Amino acid sequence: MSALPETWLVHLIRLADEDPKMILVRLAKEEEGIGISAGAHFAGVKSAMLMQNHGFLASINGIVSFAHLYKIPLLMLISYRGSLGERDPWQTQGGNVTEPLLQALRIPYFVLDAMDSVRKRIRQAQTLAESSLQPVALLLTRDLMWEE
Amino acid sequence: MLRLDCLRSVYSELENCLVVTIMGAVAAELHSLGHRPNFFYLQHAMGLASSTGLGLALCLPEQRVIVFDGDGSLLMNLGSLSTMARYRPKKLVHVVFDNESLLSVGGFPTATSTGTDLEGIARAAGIPRVTTVRSVESFKSAVTDAMRGSELTTIIAKVEAKGPAAYVTDLSLLENRFQFRRHIQTLKTS
Repeated sequence: MSALPETWLVHLIRLADEDPKMILVRLAKEEEGIGISAGAHFAGVKSAMLMQNHGFLASINGIVSFAHLYKIPLLMLISYRGSLGERDPWQTQGGNVTEPLLQALRIPYFVLDAMDSVRKRIRQAQTLAESSLQPVALLLTRDLMWEE
Repeated sequence: MLRLDCLRSVYSELENCLVVTIMGAVAAELHSLGHRPNFFYLQHAMGLASSTGLGLALCLPEQRVIVFDGDGSLLMNLGSLSTMARYRPKKLVHVVFDNESLLSVGGFPTATSTGTDLEGIARAAGIPRVTTVRSVESFKSAVTDAMRGSELTTIIAKVEAKGPAAYVTDLSLLENRFQFRRHIQTLKTS
C-alpha cells in the first residue's frame, strides 16, 4: 500500500499502518507509487495506491508511460475532492477533471458512495486490475469519507 | 570514465540480483553486454526506476536489488531519495550514472553540470551510505562493496556524456516485463 496523506485518508492510512500483513510506504509524491506498485507486482505481491484526485493528476505520466506501457495492474483508491458539497475552493478544479481524465485514459472506474458495497467493490476492482493488467480506479466520495 | 566500461566491470556481479535500469543509453548498454532474465529496463516513465527498485526491495527483503539510475531521471524524482531513505531496505543498491546531460534526448545539460550535487542531496535525504566515484576501478569496488554490505547505498558515478550508436534493442518491452516477473516467481519457488 503506497500512500500520501490527506484529511479524508488519514483513517485508512492508519489502518494500513497498523495491519501487520500490509507494508505501508509513505511517499513524497504520488507518482512514486506507480513504481512501488510495479515492483510489488513483479515480486508477486498485490498492492494498492491511496491518494487524493490531485495525486492522480500528478501521476498521469507514470500511469501512461509505465502502467499502460508495461501492462502493470494498479488498484487506485482516490479520494474524490472537488465534487458535490466541496467547500474548499482550491479543490474544485481537480474535481472537474477527474472523471473526464479517467475516461480519456481508458481507466475503468467506479464511484463509491455507500459503505455496504465498499468491500465488494474493492475486491472487484482488484480482480479486474489483475485480470486486465491495467490500472483500475475507485473514487471515494464525500458521502463515504466525510461526516459533515 | 565511460558508463559502458563501468557496466562491464560489474556485469558478472549482476547474475544473482534483480536489476532495474532507466531508459536510453543505460538500458541499451547493459543489454549490449548480454541480456539476462533478471534485468528489467524501464524504457520510459523517467524517475520511476528507483521507486520500482524500492518496491521490489520492500516486497523481497532477502533479494539483492540494484538500480541503474541517471542524473536526468533522478532529478525528475528527487523525492524518491527521501522515500528510499525512510525505509532503507538493506539490500538495495542505487547507482546513479551522472553524465551531467540528458544524453538520450539530445544531450541537454542537466543541473549537475551547473553545480547541483547529487551526493550531497542523497546524503541530506538520509541515504545511509553515499559515495561518488570517478574511475572504473573505484566504481567496481564501490558496487561490489555495496552488494556485499547490508546498508542502502547510493553510488554517484561521474561518467562521460557518450552513449551507444542506437537505443532500440530487439527485446520488446512486454517480453522483458513478463520474463522479469516470471524469473522472480521462479526464484520464490526454488
